[in-house]
Amino acid sequence: MSYLEDVGTLAAKDLRLELRSRDTVPAMLLFVVSTLVVFNFALPAGASADAAYGLLWAALVFTAILGLTRAFAAEREQRVLDGLVLAPSDRSAIWLGKVIAVVAFLGLAEIVALPAFALFFQPVSWELVAGVALASVGFAAVGTLLAAMAAASRARELLLPLLFLPLVIPIVVGGVGASIADDPGRYLGFLALYDLIFAILSWASFEYVVTE
Amino acid sequence: MTSAEKYVTAAYLVVLAVVLAYIVIYAFKLSRLEREVAELAELARRRRETQSEPEPEPEREEVAG
Amino acid sequence: MLAAAAAGLLLLGISLAFYWVPDAPIEGFRQRIFYIHVPIALTAYACFFWAAWKALRLLWTRDQRYDLESYTAVHMGVIFGILTLVTGSIWARTSWGVWWTWSERQLVLFLVLFLFYSAYFMLRFSVDPGPRRANMSAVYALFGVVLIPVSFLAIRLADELIHPVVFTRDVNSNLVGSQLLTFGICFAGMLALAASLYTNELTGKRLDERLSELREALS
Repeated sequence: MSYLEDVGTLAAKDLRLELRSRDTVPAMLLFVVSTLVVFNFALPAGASADAAYGLLWAALVFTAILGLTRAFAAEREQRVLDGLVLAPSDRSAIWLGKVIAVVAFLGLAEIVALPAFALFFQPVSWELVAGVALASVGFAAVGTLLAAMAAASRARELLLPLLFLPLVIPIVVGGVGASIADDPGRYLGFLALYDLIFAILSWASFEYVVTE
Repeated sequence: MTSAEKYVTAAYLVVLAVVLAYIVIYAFKLSRLEREVAELAELARRRRETQSEPEPEPEREEVAG
Repeated sequence: MLAAAAAGLLLLGISLAFYWVPDAPIEGFRQRIFYIHVPIALTAYACFFWAAWKALRLLWTRDQRYDLESYTAVHMGVIFGILTLVTGSIWARTSWGVWWTWSERQLVLFLVLFLFYSAYFMLRFSVDPGPRRANMSAVYALFGVVLIPVSFLAIRLADELIHPVVFTRDVNSNLVGSQLLTFGICFAGMLALAASLYTNELTGKRLDERLSELREALS
């Protein structure tokens, strides 16, 4: 089970780094709460309750982008990613380790964001929480792959949102549906399907993205 | 022409316009390629000429030695 | 050869679409946009699938020549995609008086795909040429075709959430034989057009490559 050991080591590395430097998660927390406050001023008086849920998901998408941009930033500065690629482990383990870390960071941000949302706007149902959990996996899965691509480019922070946004439109649909539809189960099922398809695809193709 | 006919024709014309625009862009690209080939042919010819100059030198040495 | 076939088929198809085919029962004359809009849309899909196939070949064989082929196919797909959006918008305008509607699923799907594949170019332009860029482009192109059905499903699910003013169109109701034939000819013509533009552009790009190699060798 050396593969899983590698994954564990890599994920632990990221979590430990974050614990020591504490730069990504606090920024994400502050960002998501600030965004929610901005949305209060962005919503006109007669806006429906559903509109607030839509804005929550917009906030989550942009918070995810923020977290992902930081996910490979340290690697970039220290060329650790290059070193990891040279290591004899299966490169997809890098992806999986990173995904676990990103999910953890996103999760922490959401633990703050959802209560804040419930306080400021609308109640939060269990379906919504489930949707957020599934969506976080989706964000992390495709986001990690795309962040690796962006890290190799000259445009870096500019490129990641451009690559990320079209791909996560289905996640937003699933998430908003889980929040407001009468039949949220269908949307949760769709989110699970998305996660399955794109996680497998990202896992399998990460190798090609980081090597020649 | 009825309004419906105008829109239908507009749709087809847009397609035609894009294809024609593509052809025009291609014409420019072809003439640029032509120019580059001519330049490279010139470079190659000059290269060949400068390579053939050093030959007289070895003959003079033999005569001297 | 290909270009000649394209020209012939399209001329025939368009003439049929304007002169021979009868008016649709409810839609009337404006339904004729169907004969150019749908073939273009299907051709765009074909281009994206072709690009994904070439991308797969690249990743499988590591043969770099597939990179240019995949890239050119994406380029073709985007051109036809833009045409799909424009003709679709014109059709929406003449059917319902608006230039855009979120209830036209095909249009929305193409908008998402347009955004996705436009980012493909951003990706290519911001990475230095080489096997790394080829790999990344190929992976991205593969993600694209997977996104097509997933997005379509998402858009269908989203329809119920967004509560748009539902515009419907009598598109697929009982196409008469002559209509089917005209559609088939137009579709074949569009595919031929895409194929001939593709081969032209590919040749042009390869020439570019050869020329820069020559230039380096000579100077």
